[in-house]
Amino acid sequence: MPSALLEVQGITKRFPGVLALDNVSLAVGAGEVVGLIGENGAGKSTLMNILGGVIQADAGSIRLDGRAAAIRTVSDAIALGIGFIHQELNVLDNLDVAGNIFLGREPVWGGPLRLVSRREMFTRAEEFLKRLGLDIPGSTPLGQLSLAHQQMVEIAKALSQDARLIIMDEPTSALTLSETERLLVTVRDLRAQGVSIIYISHRLGEMGRCADRVVVLRDGRNAGELGRGEINHQAMVRLMVGRDLQDWYVHGSGAKAPRYFEVRGLRTRAHPACEVSFDVGRGEVLGLAGLVGAGRSEVAQAIFGVDAPLAGEVRLEGKTVRIQSARDAIRARIYLVPEDRRRAGLVTEMTVRENITMPDLWRYTVAGLVRGAKETAAAGAQCAALRVKTPSVEAKVLNLSGGNQQKVVLAKWLALEPKVLIFDEPTRGIDVGAKAEIYRLMRDLAERGVAILMISSELDEILGVSDRVAVMHEGALTGILERRECSEEAIMHLAVGQCPLRSAS
Amino acid sequence: MKKEVGIFVLLLALCAVVSIMDPRFVSAANLQNQARLIGMYGVFSIGMGVVIVTAGIDLSVGSIFALQGVLLSMMLREWHWPWPLAVAAVIGGTMALGTLHGALVTVARLQPFIVTLCGLLFYRGAARFIASDEAKGFGAEGFGMLRELATGSIAGVPMPFVALVAIAVLMWVVLHRSVYGRYLFAVGRNEDAARYSGINSRLIIASAYVVAAALAGISGILIAFYTNSISPSGHGTFYELYGIAAAVLGGCSLRGGEGSVIGIVIGTALLQVLRNLVNLLGIPSSLEFAVMGAVILAGVMVDQVLMQRRQSRLATKGPREPAGAPKRPGEC
Repeated sequence: MPSALLEVQGITKRFPGVLALDNVSLAVGAGEVVGLIGENGAGKSTLMNILGGVIQADAGSIRLDGRAAAIRTVSDAIALGIGFIHQELNVLDNLDVAGNIFLGREPVWGGPLRLVSRREMFTRAEEFLKRLGLDIPGSTPLGQLSLAHQQMVEIAKALSQDARLIIMDEPTSALTLSETERLLVTVRDLRAQGVSIIYISHRLGEMGRCADRVVVLRDGRNAGELGRGEINHQAMVRLMVGRDLQDWYVHGSGAKAPRYFEVRGLRTRAHPACEVSFDVGRGEVLGLAGLVGAGRSEVAQAIFGVDAPLAGEVRLEGKTVRIQSARDAIRARIYLVPEDRRRAGLVTEMTVRENITMPDLWRYTVAGLVRGAKETAAAGAQCAALRVKTPSVEAKVLNLSGGNQQKVVLAKWLALEPKVLIFDEPTRGIDVGAKAEIYRLMRDLAERGVAILMISSELDEILGVSDRVAVMHEGALTGILERRECSEEAIMHLAVGQCPLRSAS
Repeated sequence: MKKEVGIFVLLLALCAVVSIMDPRFVSAANLQNQARLIGMYGVFSIGMGVVIVTAGIDLSVGSIFALQGVLLSMMLREWHWPWPLAVAAVIGGTMALGTLHGALVTVARLQPFIVTLCGLLFYRGAARFIASDEAKGFGAEGFGMLRELATGSIAGVPMPFVALVAIAVLMWVVLHRSVYGRYLFAVGRNEDAARYSGINSRLIIASAYVVAAALAGISGILIAFYTNSISPSGHGTFYELYGIAAAVLGGCSLRGGEGSVIGIVIGTALLQVLRNLVNLLGIPSSLEFAVMGAVILAGVMVDQVLMQRRQSRLATKGPREPAGAPKRPGEC
């Protein structure tokens, strides 16, 4: 390991009722990229928040360059050269790029008037962006940038504060595949420039590609460390969950009745020129792959009726279903588990019970009045079947972990016996153990005869779960691959809009 | 429920203080008058609460009172309509305005504040124009049945209070026990998630304005007969703010998705007792608004502090499971 830049030793942090970190240690060398992984709740964020000055440790020491460092506030951390790129970006989209980078440190002129020296700010901002390989004017309104570029602006901001250590918390969770590639290149560039990076991600594939070392946390303790040569999927998962995960992906017997659910000539408002047609068999999982922005979610939303399609036909069991609103879809037992569960999937301030019974509250009424007991029984049964971890069905959904929230969304639809279930990024922000459970549930449903359409940006997931894979590019369906034809290369080829690898129909 | 208990205790305390400082507070005449005022204000405040639950607001209530008061007087005295027809026309009219507000909010996607602010200005102007800016009224005599319904009393209980009790019970069931009520709260909390659950969120939100308008229509008739003289430029001014204040005191959040009928009724009562207190204790009536403003601010601040306290207490007790904390409570 290069000479240590950061040495964290014996950090302990107790939250009311929870020991979040228990004697955790971590070292980062100068110009080293350390991957930090662990399930949700393992203590990664707590540890990073301590380094970033957001919270303070109860015990333990932090040394930078061999000297004890007291990090009491966020500004302490910045002054010590620690930059923190949060998962949810802290940018102001009403300001321009330079204004974001120099927020609070704007170059000024005009003496007591303290006017912002815009030209200087723009040129200096552009210098930092160039270091990241980004050639955009400093005067660009931030709101016009893609999420990936906004993230680069945050990294540029850290660099402008002379950061020597940059913490990246789930930097790729909202990026497309090609943007992820770019970010990984940037990470390597920064390392070459001598900047150290702590890289947190649930996407284990990224670890092998950028990390010099992977540190694993489990239940608030150090669970182990993997050197450059030891980084592989199996080893990481074993350390994260403390055992081997078997049946990580489960394949089923495939379609029992093909063309059970058919979509013909569907046109969405986002891509009005493209017609999308495909079908899903009874008991089949059709993966829908593509880059972010390829129009996959729009297809899902059109089928589910929340954003009614411009044209097209949806057929279920050979009969045409007219869908103009989510009500229509629900009546036909076509359900959507949306991408953003906290915005669209759940009313997080309401209870587990209220969320589960929401789509068809009428069935829990007597004489038009909602009967709490009927609701509680139904919600309780669903929670038990899906093994939702919650103190009770009266707990507010926002107090549940991501995986359990996702199960509540599922419970909501399973209570209404689905025929078609559309999953949009079903495991986003969910930890490893819960992921495996969601896959198993998906497979169980397929085995029970549900037709499943799964949108995912994670190729691992698409390959591991799907019986067939449909691929979209800029609103159009560029190909459907049979299970034996599926490979990362074949999917990527179609996803970037090139002709299929092998001659296909 | 805790919120309601809190302001109910405050209401009782306030009543106790006022009655000790001035025994006239508990005289039959005063109590009757208070009940009458609480009734009139409570009915439209509940409507306001329904709109606030959907994260909306209705600023037009006071102007609607002026417009409908003027029209009611003209229908009865100048056009000699039979009173049931006039009442139906007035309430139907306010509901039509509510439908318009709802459509502008949900179909045209305008902000409720702006829609109803324009309503506040427009209806006031319309009332003054229609009445040629002259006061209208119902005279000292006549319209016996309607006047009795609006201003009379049953066994000493003033009719407006009776109306409030009936409407509060009905609205409690609607808001807290019906499917529609649950959807109102869901839409107010998170319209997207409600839509993704198959709820027709626009219809639900629009309907809240219609319900509010209907209740305002009923209140407006009671208020018109109570004042018995409707000066189109001054009648009903600030009433929408009383409604908002009552709803907020009663636990409604302007962010939507929160509130209860019982809370709103207690909030209304609290406001009226405050005004009564200013009156009885000989505080200059010019200070009335200042006292109300101070009390509402204090009330909301205390509530905020209590809520934070409760949250931190909950956190220390544990069971709020932080995602994947080592110690997990049992599965349900």
